[in-house]
Amino acid sequence: METLIANLSTGFGAVLAFEPFTLFGMTVSLPLNLAYCFIGALIGTLIGVLPGLGPVATIAMLLPATYALPPLGGLIMLAGIYYGAQYGGSTTAILVNLPGETSSVVTCIDGYQMARRGRAGVALSTAALGSFFAGCVGTLLLAAFAVPLAEVAFKFGPAEYFSLMVLGLIGAVVLASGSLIKAIAMIVLGLLGGVIGTDVNTGVSRYAFDIPELADGIGFVAIAMGVFGFAEVMTNLEQKEHREVFTNKVTSMFPTKDDFKRMFAPVLRGTVLGSVLGILPGGGASLASFGAYSLEKKVSKNSAEFGKGAIEGVAGPESANNAAAQTSFIPLLTLGIPPNAVMALMVGAMTIHNIQPGPQVMTSNPTLFWGLIVSMWLGNAMLVILNLPLIGIWVKLLTVPYRFLYPAILVFCCIGVYTVNNSTFDVYMTAAFGLLGYIFTKLGCEGAPLLLGFVLGPMMEENFRRSLLLSRGDFSVFFTRPISLGLLIAAAALVLIVALPSIKSKREEAFQEE
Amino acid sequence: MHIRNQKDFWAGLMFMAFGIFFSGFGTRYTFGSAARMGPGYFPTVLGIILIALGAIVALTALAPKAEEHKVAKFSWPTIFLILGSVVLFGALLNKLGLVICLALVVIVSSYASHEFGWKATLINTVVLIVLCLVVFVYALKLQFPLWPTFFGA
Repeated sequence: METLIANLSTGFGAVLAFEPFTLFGMTVSLPLNLAYCFIGALIGTLIGVLPGLGPVATIAMLLPATYALPPLGGLIMLAGIYYGAQYGGSTTAILVNLPGETSSVVTCIDGYQMARRGRAGVALSTAALGSFFAGCVGTLLLAAFAVPLAEVAFKFGPAEYFSLMVLGLIGAVVLASGSLIKAIAMIVLGLLGGVIGTDVNTGVSRYAFDIPELADGIGFVAIAMGVFGFAEVMTNLEQKEHREVFTNKVTSMFPTKDDFKRMFAPVLRGTVLGSVLGILPGGGASLASFGAYSLEKKVSKNSAEFGKGAIEGVAGPESANNAAAQTSFIPLLTLGIPPNAVMALMVGAMTIHNIQPGPQVMTSNPTLFWGLIVSMWLGNAMLVILNLPLIGIWVKLLTVPYRFLYPAILVFCCIGVYTVNNSTFDVYMTAAFGLLGYIFTKLGCEGAPLLLGFVLGPMMEENFRRSLLLSRGDFSVFFTRPISLGLLIAAAALVLIVALPSIKSKREEAFQEE
Repeated sequence: MHIRNQKDFWAGLMFMAFGIFFSGFGTRYTFGSAARMGPGYFPTVLGIILIALGAIVALTALAPKAEEHKVAKFSWPTIFLILGSVVLFGALLNKLGLVICLALVVIVSSYASHEFGWKATLINTVVLIVLCLVVFVYALKLQFPLWPTFFGA
């Protein structure tokens, strides 16, 4: 407990530190990290509110811009975008009946009904307060579990790491929507994409075909922007939009005493469920909100009201998605394994700044580690302020048509990908991945497993080769070491459970609502 | 032969094609043994796994009880305009500079919208160019060729 407090105060010290900043030729002293946190939360809310622009594409777009920032500042900002998007997404869901983010799909159901009954303000503040509570709990869990989990991770050898990555990747697809086998194939494709470039062990250039730009491998930003950014723009353009915005009906923001009573338990349940699902590989915000909604529907006394504007249907999922957004940082920061596509991008952001994600970050870079955690807590507080009193501004944003928005996305992507290496080759690569991503969408293949595979590919190959080198080519090494065996059994169990007919139909039903 | 699930069928073929590509070219690199893996080991094995997965996906799509899924039409004009504007940016950036290239991206891509209008597009172009110059060039100090090379500099 005392070390936790000491650690947190290191974090506060890092976030609140004043640094000189030059603007218009004048140098002033400012808490810059706090400012990056605010900018991240602001951008997160913005993209959360705007449908058709998700955190994956945005973080990919802004990754290059964080080169110019110090590592802590850059990571604080990117993290802010992710959890900020969870707040913003609910605004669109409630006011327009369109999910601003996939994680707020279920909020549409009851949130929008509340808005139609003139209780939009109450729905918005329920979402924000629930999110704030869950965010605080999630951050505390992250701070408390980080140290013990990292200690476990230090005991891992290459065989354990390989099995952990197998479990992570399998978990990611089991919990994701759509066809299981197609998702596994996408992972394998991603792993293969990660192989392109120079082999670290032998120096042999693989699949580069004498193209010098490919010697260092495919740019991670190019894949993320192409598959998520460009492909999304093209699919969005094919759909004609229809929006009915409750702009002038946002009155009486404050929930009544009865509302508070009714939202208390769902917020708690949502927070617990979200925190657990966030840690699991493949978990994260979207799954958590779905889970919380079904849970509330089952246990609530007012289950008849669900679908007609039950406050529980807003409080539960909104708390869950924010709790999950925070706790999904746990596997990334302690084990170095990203549990979802956004965290995969964070791995990219960390490697750009020469930080190898994993258990050693905490000891080698304590200010960065604890600073990031503290920034999340402060960021959540900022988000409540950003979202409740300033709701009017976000609502106005909803009236910006998509035809102004998507050229901006393209422009930012072009600039972003070019500045990674100042190379136009990367721009062409992104366009190629855009086409590939579009084909994936048309064929019902998801991009997230591909990205996870791509990020984990080199790490996985390295650990695979090293374990077999140590065991002199004996494949049983993965099954004779107890931790490794346990992880592989867990992965196999996950696949089996999902393949069971009764669960299979339930799973398909759950994703049908999307 | 009637293909019931066309989405899965083509997805399966796509996976197989990628698998053949990676395992085929993988044989060019040293394979090695399990204890001393060469650079070709991992990609070749994964490529073969991908071929197998693709085959399963494609074959189950042909099964008589497979669900009917058609592949939605590709909207070629959209693809052409959106990706074309990006390629244009890449091709012309070093010759024409950032400002003109940004204008090209915005105008060409805006044309893909079914609500395209010249006036709105031009306003959007100006706004975005100013925003990019302020954020990326002035504030973040990223290096770009700003103007065409034949204008001085």
